[in-house]
Amino acid sequence: MSEALHVHHGEAITHESHHDEHHGHHQETFISKYVFSMDHKTIGKQFLITGIIWAIIGGLFSVLFRLQLGYPDQSFPILETFFGHWAKGGQIQPEFYYGLVTMHGTVLVFFVLTAGLSGTFANLLIPLQIGARDMASPFLNMLSYWFFFLASIVMLSSIFIHTGPASGGWTMYPPLSALRQAGEGQRLGTDLWLISMALFIVSSLLGGLNYISTILNMRTKGMSMTRMPLTIWAMFFTAVLGVLSFPVLLSGAILLLFDRNLGTSFYLSDIVINGEILPNEGGSAILYQHLFWFLGHPEVYIILLPAMGMVSEILSVNSRKPIFGYMAMLGSLFAICILAFLVWAHHMFVTGLNPFLGSVFVLLTLLIAVPSAIKVFNWLTTLWRGNIRFTPASLFAIGFVSLFISGGLTGIFLGNSTIDIHLHDTMFVVAHFHIVMGVASFFGMFAGVYHWFPKMFGRYLNNTLGYIHFWVTMVGSYLIFWPMHYQGLAGIPRRYLDKKGWSSFNQFGDLDKMITVVSIIVFAVQLMFVFNFFYSIFKGRKVTTTNPWGANTLEWTTPIRPGHGNWEGEIPEVHRWPYDYGKDGREFIPQTEPVGENESKH
Amino acid sequence: MNTVGMETKNRMHPHKFTLWVAIASIVMMFAGLTSAFIVKSNQANWKPVTLPKVFWVSTAVILLSSLAIQMAIRSFKQRNMSQYRMLITATLVLGVVFVALQWMGFNELWEQRVTFKGAGAGQFLYVIFGLHALHVIGGVVALAVMLLRAFTGNTKTYTSTPVEVAATYWHFVDLLWIYLLVFFLVIGG
Repeated sequence: MSEALHVHHGEAITHESHHDEHHGHHQETFISKYVFSMDHKTIGKQFLITGIIWAIIGGLFSVLFRLQLGYPDQSFPILETFFGHWAKGGQIQPEFYYGLVTMHGTVLVFFVLTAGLSGTFANLLIPLQIGARDMASPFLNMLSYWFFFLASIVMLSSIFIHTGPASGGWTMYPPLSALRQAGEGQRLGTDLWLISMALFIVSSLLGGLNYISTILNMRTKGMSMTRMPLTIWAMFFTAVLGVLSFPVLLSGAILLLFDRNLGTSFYLSDIVINGEILPNEGGSAILYQHLFWFLGHPEVYIILLPAMGMVSEILSVNSRKPIFGYMAMLGSLFAICILAFLVWAHHMFVTGLNPFLGSVFVLLTLLIAVPSAIKVFNWLTTLWRGNIRFTPASLFAIGFVSLFISGGLTGIFLGNSTIDIHLHDTMFVVAHFHIVMGVASFFGMFAGVYHWFPKMFGRYLNNTLGYIHFWVTMVGSYLIFWPMHYQGLAGIPRRYLDKKGWSSFNQFGDLDKMITVVSIIVFAVQLMFVFNFFYSIFKGRKVTTTNPWGANTLEWTTPIRPGHGNWEGEIPEVHRWPYDYGKDGREFIPQTEPVGENESKH
Repeated sequence: MNTVGMETKNRMHPHKFTLWVAIASIVMMFAGLTSAFIVKSNQANWKPVTLPKVFWVSTAVILLSSLAIQMAIRSFKQRNMSQYRMLITATLVLGVVFVALQWMGFNELWEQRVTFKGAGAGQFLYVIFGLHALHVIGGVVALAVMLLRAFTGNTKTYTSTPVEVAATYWHFVDLLWIYLLVFFLVIGG
């Protein structure tokens, strides 16, 4: 009986797989191919292009508030033309400034560096690199994108309403965010923000579920876990972090919605606003911070890990050397993943956290330096004496390592609760997280786009524009964020739109002007990249070989423009790990090649 | 294609696996809410809540529904389709009854002046039990889809995976309810 059942089960699965294969040969309409597509590659491109649009919006916002910070006295009439009463007399109004800062943070953290980054590359690379025809559930995958799209629409609409977008900061701390009376942005804008985030969380969960289950269940024959490229490992840990931490943010957001709209007191207590005494009592604003940062801290690794994974892969391919310390890379990813859940309160050192508890979190926070240092060491030793090809992708990957080191070192300052008493809420914090998480992840993302563009569109990005893009962005990022460390050490607070009140900060006036000018240049260069991206989709140099980078991983065994189902014949079998570069006198040995008899061990 | 079939033979079906990950995710959400409850119960002006009796009835109902869906799997595997359809219908009806009973419980509490004013366990109860009920409704919708398929069966399916996935989810919301009930009895009371 058990025998019979067994066979039966096998049949059921082959039946399903056949069904999947037939899918590829169906007559596809424009709608099913490009709009409501269930092909993981198309969904990845949808995430990428939506992410690019959001990145332009979020980047533009930062240019606008940098104008205010660099030139607080100057009037820009053009701003009034575009933004009306938000920029009365050509000057950015305080409410608008806070709206811009909030939206810049929300958009870049969630919509660009979460959905745009792991949405793009997890979708594109997971099935291709593990040897699967599609995700475990292509339908959920499609839903994941469309929930993200809905979240985008809601968030975008909040920018165009009369009272303006949410302006309580991207962390949305109550009581500010919980009280309608607190400001214009705390009205409809904040409700739309919360609804949009709820939709976004659903999108990320659907995506994450799929990534995990695909990686664990759909690998091709021979693809054991330790033969997976590090990109896939990074995407796996990213998805685990997301699936376990986003629901907690959702519960925090639901309680906030209740406080805002139904008069509960989860976060509110003893508040007097505009002379009015509110009835709320017994709430705890710190409770929200705990719930928020329980997601918020894993979130920075959700942003960073995919970049780390792609950088590992790209560095190895382009230095024509095996990745140094594959198992150490895995171990450190795992350690980061665990620690990510245990350090959230370091965001709350000065918000009334018990100092003893604080010291525990200091220890756990500084522990992250260990796996991070292991990773940096391994990247550098991978590059060491390599035969490096300086493609735009590998330059961005090297740039990532540079930024990760610089930004990581300042993290050691901020991780100490005592130093944090001085540094919290200053420009030092802004400089730290922008370098280590924002710009570094962007570099990982750019590296990924330059490297896998040929796989996505069958064409190359323009290299010259790529080099200009890299050098201007690299130099520009340091010029923008490095000086902010000095500002922060001197005590300049973040989130202030005008520092004229402190005469001691006047000495930084020219520095602020310089930062503003550089950020405008860097923003312009990003627009050039966007031009390069869209131009190359249609007019770029055509890819003529299936494996343009001489890489070992499975995605380069597919046709140049793979259809739905990825491989035309059978899915290839895997015989070795993905990092056999420069071995036994051969430049690279693809994963599909059986291990020879006299081959040396790696 | 054969390679994939051979490879996946001894593994868990991907859909089942996905469900388990989803369950972990839902658990985190309720863990977040119940730990928020614990944190807040130490604040000033905390008012505990006494659970209305009707929640005991709903507990019995959801336990019965779990039993029904478990029997539904068995009859599906024995190809006893009429019994299968009946049992799925029973599960679905019991699920709807459960949600209705929860609603009655909420009304009863509201009449006892456990409202959104002030602070206390009552507010958490509405949010937590409400979210749980939403998860049950999600299960009811899934069952309704399955029932529709079972009645209009123009495609012959022999795999019991969808039923098993639905049943696992159903048992999960059942267990989750037991946890929440015990939580409110022990810590909320």
